[in-house]
Amino acid sequence: MSDAILEVRHLSKSFGSNEVLRDIDFDVRPGDVTSIIGASGSGKSTLLRCINLLETPTSGDVLFHGESVITGGVNPNKYRAKVGMVFQSFNLFDNMDVLKNCMVGQMKVLKRSAAEAEANAMKYLERVGMAPYIKAKPRQISGGMKQRVAIARALAMDPEILLFDEPTSALDPEMVGEVLAVMRSLAADGMTMLVVTHEMAFARDVSANVVFMKDGVIWEQGSPDRLFREPETQEARDFLARFMER
Amino acid sequence: MDFFSDIGALLAQYWETYLRGMGNTLLLAVVATLIGCVIGLVCGILNTIPCSKNDPPVKRFFLGLIRAIIRIYVEVFRGTPMVLQAVFIYYGLPYITNNAFRFESVWAAAILVVSINTGAYMAESVRGGIISIDPGQTEGAKSIGMNHFQTMTSVILPQAIRNIMPQIGNNFIINIKDTSVMFIITFTEFFAVHRNIVALNYKYFPSATIEMVGYLAVTLTASALLRWVEKRMDGKSSYELVQTDNLTMAAGTYSHPDRGTPFDERSTEFGGKEGK
Repeated sequence: MSDAILEVRHLSKSFGSNEVLRDIDFDVRPGDVTSIIGASGSGKSTLLRCINLLETPTSGDVLFHGESVITGGVNPNKYRAKVGMVFQSFNLFDNMDVLKNCMVGQMKVLKRSAAEAEANAMKYLERVGMAPYIKAKPRQISGGMKQRVAIARALAMDPEILLFDEPTSALDPEMVGEVLAVMRSLAADGMTMLVVTHEMAFARDVSANVVFMKDGVIWEQGSPDRLFREPETQEARDFLARFMER
Repeated sequence: MDFFSDIGALLAQYWETYLRGMGNTLLLAVVATLIGCVIGLVCGILNTIPCSKNDPPVKRFFLGLIRAIIRIYVEVFRGTPMVLQAVFIYYGLPYITNNAFRFESVWAAAILVVSINTGAYMAESVRGGIISIDPGQTEGAKSIGMNHFQTMTSVILPQAIRNIMPQIGNNFIINIKDTSVMFIITFTEFFAVHRNIVALNYKYFPSATIEMVGYLAVTLTASALLRWVEKRMDGKSSYELVQTDNLTMAAGTYSHPDRGTPFDERSTEFGGKEGK
């Protein structure tokens, strides 16, 4: 287990008296896709935000290459530069065009030259199929395009792991496909990803490990084959049954 | 008519004086608005440094102290008349400190008073501008490892400043007019010129008309200019596609080889008007 890139240990998070996460424990191994599934309000997004330190966990720990990012002397900004995040609501910079969105982090945080940052940004923008739109502002492109740019922005930092927080939940059904296609191709290339998602087909096809959460607790985790075919807990069975009905 | 001939006579005799007064007014308003904006930006950035319960006590203490100082500054200078502030700073400081502290130049005093006044208003405007930007963008910046200062200067402030441009314009126009109270510290701006001139010839109303028209002309020009700046800041409303594939055909530049032959699909599509 020590080869894990990210280890979450007994993580808990409360907002006031409301306990959102309780004793969360799991690993992400390099090259794997780990999917977190569960109903809305089960704490999936909060878990991801705790991992990226956008929220401070109440207790427990997150280890990155075996080093604590919470109690250890790890600089949160340096850590975040290595851990990319893609948000449900894209969170692109509205004052910059598509290309600048993918360059600014490289230049300010990684101190790359403009030419180097542009070449790297273009590499990933071509990969997500957004190269023709580099001069557009975020307000001028569709949701699916924005999300693809957001993925390119995260990739341009050359992260070791990518976190996806329900990347397709804010999109029209017809745009979901284009974003999932990009994510599938990343997975095929061996990108380490931790994905919070409601797309069960994606979780089943791509993941090495699926984590099922309900009410802030992990009920079970395992390979998608097993978890989707024969869930051990009643909670997971109920959740999956509701999804299959649709 | 007497009225218009009086205005004409005043202008003929004093046009240079009026013009110099207006020049002083404009210079003071521009410089003080710019300095005020810088003060407002600094206060706004300091005011929005995130502070959580998990931060070390020293950091929390200093952040609290900074916020308290800014709050007092804003409330005091927003809540008292600029005339009195000018009196206190220009006449009051030398009086209290036994001339240890006094202004050699009335310009320095005037710029100081108007700047810190504008700064007090701008501090709140900037804070409003910053919180008007969707917090998601701050999170997006944080998630790629940017710190507070980088996030502010690259992402948030450019948008916040665009959003508060109407307020900056407001402050500028208010400054053009309200610098008229600086006559109290013998600053010869546009209104002080009027007071000096009518003291000599009692043509009060004609001169006041010149003042009205003069102020209005300048503020209207300023509004037009500010709107133009705002438009420039918005950038282009359209964008160009960057074609990486040279074989891609742009609409209208391509003519189908079957055009005009029986295989021309357009001829059936448009009712056979073309070709055949």
